[in-house]
Amino acid sequence: MTASAKIVPAFDVEAVRADFPILSRQVYGKALVYLDSGASAQKPRAVLDAMTRFAETDYANVHRGVHYLSAAATDAYEAARRTVQKFLHAAREDEIVFTKGGTEAINLVSYGFLAPRVQPGDEIVLSVMEHHSNIVPWHFLRERHGAVLRWVDVRDDGSLDIEALDALIGPKTRLVAITHMSNVLGTVTPLKDIVARAHAKGVPVLADGCQGAVHEIVDVQALDIDFYALTGHKIYGPTGIGALYAKRTHLKAMWPFNGGGEMIREVTRDLVTYADPPARFEAGTPPIIESVGLAAAMDYLMGQDRAAVKAHEQDLLVYARERLKDFNWLRVIGDAPGKGAIISFEAEGMHAHDLATILDREGVAVRAGHHCAQPLMERFGVASTSRASFALYNDRTDVDALVAALAKAREILG
Amino acid sequence: MDQSLRELYQEVILDHSRHPRHFGALDNATHKADGHNPLCGDRVTVMLALDEAGRVADIKFQGKGCAISQASASLMTDMLAGKTVAEAEKLMDGFLHLVKGEDAPGLSADDREHLDVMSGLSEFPMRVKCATLAWHTFKNAVEEGEVVKESAA
Repeated sequence: MTASAKIVPAFDVEAVRADFPILSRQVYGKALVYLDSGASAQKPRAVLDAMTRFAETDYANVHRGVHYLSAAATDAYEAARRTVQKFLHAAREDEIVFTKGGTEAINLVSYGFLAPRVQPGDEIVLSVMEHHSNIVPWHFLRERHGAVLRWVDVRDDGSLDIEALDALIGPKTRLVAITHMSNVLGTVTPLKDIVARAHAKGVPVLADGCQGAVHEIVDVQALDIDFYALTGHKIYGPTGIGALYAKRTHLKAMWPFNGGGEMIREVTRDLVTYADPPARFEAGTPPIIESVGLAAAMDYLMGQDRAAVKAHEQDLLVYARERLKDFNWLRVIGDAPGKGAIISFEAEGMHAHDLATILDREGVAVRAGHHCAQPLMERFGVASTSRASFALYNDRTDVDALVAALAKAREILG
Repeated sequence: MDQSLRELYQEVILDHSRHPRHFGALDNATHKADGHNPLCGDRVTVMLALDEAGRVADIKFQGKGCAISQASASLMTDMLAGKTVAEAEKLMDGFLHLVKGEDAPGLSADDREHLDVMSGLSEFPMRVKCATLAWHTFKNAVEEGEVVKESAA
């Protein structure tokens, strides 16, 4: 073989796997096959080390001390904000608000942006494939302010009907709240098109990026989106931190959410004035160590060839679909064109929890249940499904293990 | 094959889940309750008729769920028919201990033998809730689920 014939792999999954310490462990004496990254992703050593190093050398509270470590910690925290800005391609760093997760980010928009301006009868448009974090905050506005929730359906293949969505946006619509990627179906929504259509009618758009931010490259400026929510732990970062991107004009007009330290300018017995965004929305001591971890996770992901990562995940999806075709007792839910690497399925005569229990004993971790997306379960007439969600560290061996474990489950239960 | 899995999904359990006993509506129910496990979406409705002596004269259940929850409900209705409420509660107490792998001194040898098929659950703590749903629903029905009959007058 000549040197010129050497093929450099576009994506070295073995090298990536070596970055994630937990993948070398066993469960029940079997190699761990982690197919539940959609619920929470594992962490690379770079994230774990960054958090430890920061805690060991630079940790203090932020924005309040004058001492050396307080300055160091504040620098790290604000540097993390710039990393999120870069990750989302935001125009300004002060358009990034740290939250404790995706859920809090969406609740912040519900409480801070919409609650002050929503009138009885005003409408919020959302899709049936939202997970509860992007449903319940809007139910609050229905219960407390008389807002009306308008639901756009998905097609039988799980794809979004953009025309149906467009038709729902009317003079009373105050917000379109939509997922970037469904956590059950894997459907990726055409955000740019959605934003263009909503903006044509003067309606802002919030995207729930809890799944989308991991698998898609997000450019909030190119999308011209108003709000984008993400969570750290699904993006190979720590729990307890997430972020909201919001356009500067929106942030300035929003009510503060939590009241406390850090978010004020001045407090007297009679009045309070608030800090400028984003500090206005970051009351109390923020998740400081976690911000360093989130930045390390984003740096890790941005250090990969994102297109190659996506191609790798798509390969796993296609391979899994191909292998699962042998099981005529298995029904896959969600087959939208361009969907992300998530497979939800229902198995004839087998409840998702029984299936997941058997898979678990084979070392295969999947999610079973309603995936915090009950309206979607209702839409497809199922009480629960099993879900295998893939990450950049999964490989074809994981798919093979899933298939073998499913065959065993069929043998026991079928 | 994992022995604990074989024990959990043994033939008796699978048979109960595929062919549940006492499945269906009970028209003359005196007590009724709905149970729901929000984690998995499982639902069960337990209906029973208490006679004047406080015995479970008839009992039925309906619902959808995993093999464990269906088998447990089926087994429960099998065992509770004819028992007094006090006896039923004692049995439930024993069952709750048994599925967690704890001692259940209150159980008679006969009841223990019946319930033994569920003892494999102690190896699967994440699934104990599936098995206890029907029993908790039964207790709710007895305590708070009295069916108010419409007056004929």
